[in-house]
Amino acid sequence: MGIGSYFASLNPFNLLTSLPAGIAQGLIWGIMAIGVYITFRILDIADLSVDGTFTTGAATTVMLIIAGCPAWLAVIVAFAAGMIAGTVTGLLHTMLGIPAILAGILTQFAMYSINLAIMGMKANQAISVDKYHLLISSRNIGMALLVVGILTIVIIFLLYRFFGTELGCAFRATGANNAMAKAQGINIKMMKIIGLALSNAIVAFSGGLMAQYQGYSDINMGRGAIVIGLAAVIIGEVLGEAIFKKHLSFWLKLAFVVIGGILYYIFIIIVLWLKLDSNFLKLLQAAVVAVFLAVPYIRSVQKSSFKKAGKNAMKGGGR
Amino acid sequence: MLDLINIHKTFNLGTVNEKKALCGVDLHLEDGDFVTIIGGNGAGKSTMLNAIAGVWPVDEGQIIIDGQDVTAYPEHKRAIMLGRVFQDPMTGTAATMEIQENLALANRRGQSRVVYRTGIKKKEKEEYYELLKTLELGLEDRMTAKVGTLSGGQRQALTLLMATVKRPKLLLLDEHTAALDPKTAQKVLDATERIIAEQHLTAMMVTHNMKDAIVHGNRLIMMKDGKIILDIKGEEKKNLTVEDLLEKFQVAAGGEEFANDRMILG
Repeated sequence: MGIGSYFASLNPFNLLTSLPAGIAQGLIWGIMAIGVYITFRILDIADLSVDGTFTTGAATTVMLIIAGCPAWLAVIVAFAAGMIAGTVTGLLHTMLGIPAILAGILTQFAMYSINLAIMGMKANQAISVDKYHLLISSRNIGMALLVVGILTIVIIFLLYRFFGTELGCAFRATGANNAMAKAQGINIKMMKIIGLALSNAIVAFSGGLMAQYQGYSDINMGRGAIVIGLAAVIIGEVLGEAIFKKHLSFWLKLAFVVIGGILYYIFIIIVLWLKLDSNFLKLLQAAVVAVFLAVPYIRSVQKSSFKKAGKNAMKGGGR
Repeated sequence: MLDLINIHKTFNLGTVNEKKALCGVDLHLEDGDFVTIIGGNGAGKSTMLNAIAGVWPVDEGQIIIDGQDVTAYPEHKRAIMLGRVFQDPMTGTAATMEIQENLALANRRGQSRVVYRTGIKKKEKEEYYELLKTLELGLEDRMTAKVGTLSGGQRQALTLLMATVKRPKLLLLDEHTAALDPKTAQKVLDATERIIAEQHLTAMMVTHNMKDAIVHGNRLIMMKDGKIILDIKGEEKKNLTVEDLLEKFQVAAGGEEFANDRMILG
């Protein structure tokens, strides 16, 4: 296939029609990214349990809805299930001294079995919007955008309020400076457990939304959630700081994380529209996140490096 | 106010790096005592403060603060009784949080932190404004600035306020001016002296500077090899000179020359 015929085969209209679905999915992943933000940015822990707990939320929601539970209650139970899983990671990390990354990997690994068990030992379970009353569905994207949009605003508002409370401040202090937090009488182990629980609860909640949106839960649907979450967090930060400079308040930061999730999904849709083999999607995702994670470091190196120092010395002759 | 009874602590027990850091420290502080602590590197000064603060459990001995045995308490549980300022200005404050948020955190030391109370109240802000004003660093007009934008000296002064905003039973100062330039160090020391006097605090100040150790406080102790080898108080402390101190050290250390030039010159 020649270049000409390749471009001729791209239909801009297709891109346009698939955008709303991309935005809706991006919003749902954006909620998940808020969960990642709590651990990665506020607590300074990279928590890999989210790959497992996203699926947990989806599996719990689907099975409860199948059992006749109202959809709103199902996602609340999903929230609680994520909280429990996050607490396990927290306990492994703080009480048993396992490094946070490993604790997350262990939980994620264990959740695979648990998620299968939740789904009745099946790799996937479907809930048709025709048979069940769901909160959102890809069948009605406008409605999905509205519902998820409102939920996002509610979550950002609640978190904003939470981080302004005594407990929230103690939590932020723990992430900012462990030694200081301890000296001020803060039980940092407890704070880490609370943070991991809250983060995974939000992730599971978004998993529950995603299952309803796509009409099924799948044992692998959470794979790479941490990568998507990190991508959303970083893209959101870069964009937010570019627009608001230093005036980026906390709630705006959270909002930009969600925007990061949306942009990321739009990017994916464009790539797929360009007919990239979807098997290479994960490679591309990893590359994008690696680039964004590397940017701050590369910038600092550009400002001051041994190479540059050497060049300066050659030019100035040490004078 | 404070009793240390036969405190022992060995680091890296059973390895080549084994270090006996504290070897039977006994100390009794009266209410209102302001003790300065000197000694060479590795003498156990900071280790003693860390033992009191509960950074790790001691191997042997008992720590009693204001009649309460705290030997089994972890660090965050002892924090209610203690105010602490560290050598590194970065340690005592949270860089990504506002000045007033840092103070509010300290003001709730020892209190359970709940989700239904806001982290900082309007009335508190006025209180913090007045407190910051006493530092004369202009911080009172930057209360919503992130602490990360402050200089080392400003951060150390803020840490001092945080350590004392809720009156501690014991104030622990671990070489808190060592990382500052001389002028800023003096400012922070003056603030320290003023706050201790105003609140009648019991305080322990580790310093590398002999003159500071002599000028400040009503009591001076010297440490060597994990033990307290000199304890000077009352009239004797008031009339102490650097020469006296060096001579006393030689006697106490069994004829050994004073090892640390930095302390003599400082």
